[in-house]
Amino acid sequence: MTHWLIMPVVLPALLAPFMILAARYHMGIQRVLSVAGVLALIAIALGLAVQTSDGTVMLYQLGDWAAPFGIVLVGDRLSTMMVLLMAVLALFVLLYAIGSRWDARGPHFHVLFQFQLMGIAGAFLTGDLFNLFVFFEVLLIASYGLMIHAGGNTRLRAGVQYVLFNLLGSTLFLFALGALYAETGTLNMADLAQRVQLISADATVGIRVAAVLLILVFAIKAAIVPLHFWLPSSYAEAPPPVAALFAVMTKVGAYAIIRVYTLIFPVDLAVTSGLHGTWLLPFALLSLAVGAIGVLAAKKLDRMVAFAVISSMGMVMVAVGMFTTESIASALYYMVHSTFAAAALFLIVDLVRQSRGHLNLITDAPVKGAALIAALFMVAAIGITGLPPLSGFVGKLMVLNAAFDDGLAVWVWSIVLISSLISVVGFARAGSVLFWKAQSDGAPVPEAGRAMPSPLSFVAVGGLLGLLMMLTVFAGPMYTYTTATAEQLVTPDTYMSTVLDTPGKLSDAKEGGH
Amino acid sequence: MEILVASAIGILTAAGIYLVLRLRTFPVILGISLLTYAVNVFIFGSGRLSIGAPPILSDATTYTDPLPQALVLTAIVISFGMTAVVVMIALGAYLGTNDDHIDDAPGRGEDTV
Repeated sequence: MTHWLIMPVVLPALLAPFMILAARYHMGIQRVLSVAGVLALIAIALGLAVQTSDGTVMLYQLGDWAAPFGIVLVGDRLSTMMVLLMAVLALFVLLYAIGSRWDARGPHFHVLFQFQLMGIAGAFLTGDLFNLFVFFEVLLIASYGLMIHAGGNTRLRAGVQYVLFNLLGSTLFLFALGALYAETGTLNMADLAQRVQLISADATVGIRVAAVLLILVFAIKAAIVPLHFWLPSSYAEAPPPVAALFAVMTKVGAYAIIRVYTLIFPVDLAVTSGLHGTWLLPFALLSLAVGAIGVLAAKKLDRMVAFAVISSMGMVMVAVGMFTTESIASALYYMVHSTFAAAALFLIVDLVRQSRGHLNLITDAPVKGAALIAALFMVAAIGITGLPPLSGFVGKLMVLNAAFDDGLAVWVWSIVLISSLISVVGFARAGSVLFWKAQSDGAPVPEAGRAMPSPLSFVAVGGLLGLLMMLTVFAGPMYTYTTATAEQLVTPDTYMSTVLDTPGKLSDAKEGGH
Repeated sequence: MEILVASAIGILTAAGIYLVLRLRTFPVILGISLLTYAVNVFIFGSGRLSIGAPPILSDATTYTDPLPQALVLTAIVISFGMTAVVVMIALGAYLGTNDDHIDDAPGRGEDTV
């Protein structure tokens, strides 16, 4: 059994304590170690993705104990794709944090960053629901530390709200896990998929409650309306490199919904009919609309970008909520696009704040470096609102195409198009107030609180936008890849047989460890 | 016995939710603690209640399900760490602003949206 599958979890987990023990006061050494660690993570994730690209499901049994009693890590196309997405995003965010010197504004940025990567990688790779809870907690506690990095009263207050809201979410997760265990007697995902089908039709109350509680937990992480209230304040007050990394944390929620609700509770399962299959799509459409209205209503740039994140997560969940192979494939493409676009926008918000001193959407005098920042803002805005020629438009086309056969097709098309229009108006207004109108206002420029951002910051943002352009150019191969991923998700027989039939130690004494 | 355990979970959850909806940070943290107590008893109860049955192999005739007890141990440790973190952050926010309110109403914190 290859050990490469656990490396995305073990590598940051070893690197972080090494950094704090050996290089605690040496920012330069921490930076080098952190970047080297993320580069190694990208290489490992690429290797895993290549190995699973022919449809094999990689399995790692912790301690060699067979599922369902042992914890397993499962690498299929979806898990490895998400780990690769996280690693590539982490590289550019790290370069920005180093270039803008955000990492030096508080202690332990790089250590917390590595622990965060460990938690996210573990959440993507695990094949057991309680292990998913544990990795959610690892990534959440690292995010609490990163959220209050660099301090300040507003940030601490927003941090308290963020932590308390997520503690409630974790408690709800435990209630859901307890209910699931009481109904089925297992928490391994593949085993749950088998046992849920054995529940008799006259005793479905418990499992239905458990399924709804579980999707509520993941909806909190994915910021689906009406569970989105934590996101604008937290993402706006977090340090911008941290907010850019948080762009992949909402995708953890979306990943969990896709994984659990195609494997354990697929749409055609009789015991959970009428639940998430009917309710996820309307609430996702509502998220899309609320996010777009928030973009138009925002008075500050950081809040505007936070609502744009809610809107793009709504779009991802609209595609997921239709639960067909095509729609899940388009959801995966849009997830990749939305991660890079949202991260780029949060970093651009910081560029604007550095050069301008404040983020209010009011006219102000022209600043140094505004031309380059304006160009980056325009490209990122085109990306996130879904205008041609970038990947947002291609992704939106895929989602609309997949919506043709759905019962709510008219609603999907109209709400997607109208909210895109509203987002475009909101971003265009922000761009013109921040960058164009500045030229017509002749007031003198006060120098305090304004600085030209460093070249490495621009390189990092440019890299993310370059990835968006590559996502557009290679949309065809990418869509083929995500379609194959979605097909593997809707036919989980390989997944289940690999997890449940692989013997571990002591398995030759009984069959399969049951 | 089931009535005792079930009502304990219910009362703890109700009290926890009531406290979580309060205005100041300190009752909210207490409410979160009560909710974690409730959920830990809930997970423990999901392994079915029994009397006198050990979870570890010994010379007994019946055993109780050990897995929920392991889950509860993990959950207790995680929530105890999280509570410590949230108390520290809340204390930092309170000492910095001299204000224990949990929401940012207009005039008290940054203007929203």
